[in-house]
Amino acid sequence: MIYLDNGATSRTDPEVIAVMTQVMKEDFANPSSLHALGGKAERLVKQAREIVADLLNALPNEIVFTSGGTEANNLALKGIAFAYKNRGAHLITSKIEHPSVYEVCKQLEEWGWKITYLSVDAKGRVDPAAVKRAITDKTVLVSIMHVNNEVGTIQPIQEIGQILKDYPKVFFHVDAVQSFGKLPIYPKEWNIDLLSLSGHKFHGPKGVGALYIRRGIQLSPLLTGGGQEQGIRSGTLNVPGIVGLAKAVSLAKQKQMEKAEKVFQWKQSFLSRIQDQLRNVIINGDTTQDGGSPYVLNLSFPNLKSEVIVHFLESEGCYVSSKSACSSKIEKPSRVLLAMGLTPAEALGSIRVTMGFDSSEEDLATLADLLVSIIPKLQQMVKGQKK
Amino acid sequence: MKYDVILIRYGELALKKKNRDLFIKRLVKNITEKLSTYPEVSVTHPWGRIFVELNGVDYQPVVAKLKEVFGIVGFSPAWKIESDLQKIKAKAQELVENQPPHVKTFKVISKRTNKKFPFTSDQLNRKVGGMLLAKNPHLKVDVHQPDLKIHIEVRGRYSYLYGNVIAGPGGLPVGVSGPVMLLLSGGIDSPVAGHLICKRGGELWAVHFHSYPFTSEQSKQKVIDLARLLTRYTGPIRLLVVPFTEIQTQINQHCASSYTVTIMRRFMIRIAERLAKKYGCKALVTGESLGQVASQTLESMGVVSAVAELPILRPLIGMDKLEIINLAKKIGTYETSILPYEDCCTIFLPKSPKTKPQLAMAEKQEERLKIDSLVQEAVDNTEIIHIKPDQQQQEFSYFE
Repeated sequence: MIYLDNGATSRTDPEVIAVMTQVMKEDFANPSSLHALGGKAERLVKQAREIVADLLNALPNEIVFTSGGTEANNLALKGIAFAYKNRGAHLITSKIEHPSVYEVCKQLEEWGWKITYLSVDAKGRVDPAAVKRAITDKTVLVSIMHVNNEVGTIQPIQEIGQILKDYPKVFFHVDAVQSFGKLPIYPKEWNIDLLSLSGHKFHGPKGVGALYIRRGIQLSPLLTGGGQEQGIRSGTLNVPGIVGLAKAVSLAKQKQMEKAEKVFQWKQSFLSRIQDQLRNVIINGDTTQDGGSPYVLNLSFPNLKSEVIVHFLESEGCYVSSKSACSSKIEKPSRVLLAMGLTPAEALGSIRVTMGFDSSEEDLATLADLLVSIIPKLQQMVKGQKK
Repeated sequence: MKYDVILIRYGELALKKKNRDLFIKRLVKNITEKLSTYPEVSVTHPWGRIFVELNGVDYQPVVAKLKEVFGIVGFSPAWKIESDLQKIKAKAQELVENQPPHVKTFKVISKRTNKKFPFTSDQLNRKVGGMLLAKNPHLKVDVHQPDLKIHIEVRGRYSYLYGNVIAGPGGLPVGVSGPVMLLLSGGIDSPVAGHLICKRGGELWAVHFHSYPFTSEQSKQKVIDLARLLTRYTGPIRLLVVPFTEIQTQINQHCASSYTVTIMRRFMIRIAERLAKKYGCKALVTGESLGQVASQTLESMGVVSAVAELPILRPLIGMDKLEIINLAKKIGTYETSILPYEDCCTIFLPKSPKTKPQLAMAEKQEERLKIDSLVQEAVDNTEIIHIKPDQQQQEFSYFE
């Protein structure tokens, strides 16, 4: 089996599973309990929190654990919106955000917020100058993702952070779900106020994520109750999940730099082969080393349907995605690709290939073999059908 | 941007020659230990300068770590390039292109120790400055208060080029002043006091008084956590946990309630001093601030200090509570300090402690206690916990 849909989710690392099972057996107590078992669980969560904080160069109490990336994004946007609405009700985001940001913005619009959806260039990148132009005295929050989930383009987060230094009242949220653990990101140094991450995108467990909240920011909680996580996110702590997330972080830390370099090389040779041997293929996104995540590849085959390609590859034991998994069951061209200027026909024929820490050079080479043999046949069939 | 090296600047050069060498040696050691999690990075100190060679490591996390090393006044992430005019010009242009938009003026500051280099410093300034002006019409030269200072140091075969200097934490390298014993309670003040003493070169030992079961395991853990937070700046800490239940019980039973706080503090100082002498510490450190609470009046401090032979350093003595809180937030101990666990100072707190205790009265009250054997017993049963800055010392091995 060749699994190249790590952007949807990744295989949980066996070491993560081992640690989580042990925690479920032995450290099952509620960290909020006063007795020694509770205290032990509390210290365990604390150690896990330090590990997550450390990768961001943040303080442990700047990390709030959530049920995943979607909740982290909801908490960031709505938490700011509810707490700081009196500063104005304007939010700046982009047209290519993940639905857990994009749809929250739509919801905020229903509640009277004004949202600016910034366009992107053909590579899928937001222009930092456009962020600056969009800021008004009513702007409360800017929310831009770090790595786009469909095409992998890296957004100019550092530059935007630099611009926002001149606007101390405007908060800056970064959805780093696709990059955290894989590419370096430093909220303090980059002037980021809130940052979302998710465990299962880098071989951690599903159902757990976190939000970095810069010290001093008061978010309005979405879940109230027992007052866990400094009152920002009530609910009994998911101890095995949190420990599994931290384990995945410590594994990622060892692999991060080295793997990215290798994966980038594999991606380059894959792309040059595809471009040499296939006709009528569009490489979406930015494929340079600094411009795109090495783990993400997005290809369009105009007039072919991505669904067909996905099923063909699947029948050969190779799993890739048509746009992002969250929206791939709907037969609609990708909002992200359209925003980048692709035509509906081009956008409908796109596939996404996403690698993980367990991907190998052979995985990509085999995929290239399969595409080189399948695509011309499909293109021939479609041609015959039309004319 | 990718840099090759970070140039470290240190201050207090007025120190005498011999001290200066010790100072630099200790600073290099502290920096090396701080960066030990980056095996690729190496620290060198040729010609009285300290260089952190990045060898491919991203400079930003390294800079973040260096901001926690006392003795560093500033640092400059720099490029190491061949001493060649064209290459120097190209790097200078790259530096300019990566500046934020508010940078409108600049100045080139060249230094040349390689006299074989064909241009004088002044000529180099003019050549690089002239090129930058021609290529970047939005920039002007300002020799007095430039937004961007472009430093060029022509050494031998290689030159260093860097922009504005990033401020460091200042102070003296931890350790150059010698070991001290901090009374660490778990409150807001004492961690800040320890931090400030380390900023002046102290090497930190800490003593904590633990009254189990009146105070919980969590309150002890909280002190361990505070000490660990401090290690970011102070390096390793030896934490001494003194069993204090017996002494507090005895004081409570035999002494007038208005004097219990004073007498308790006198016991703490006696024990801390005995431990300090045992481990070679040269002073005691407390987080007292003048007049903050009943035990911190001049009279109280006088009566408490009377039992000490070693100097008692009180770095917070002139600070307001708010200033201390702000500093605690800055160094990252505040949120842990305010966790709501009982500590030994709060549990036997009388309704109205004496704000102006008298030495004679305190001594008279203490006559009812076997001072020496109580102190010795506490010292003998003290637990030593080594607290290191790295994560390896953790309770759970799940993450290794």
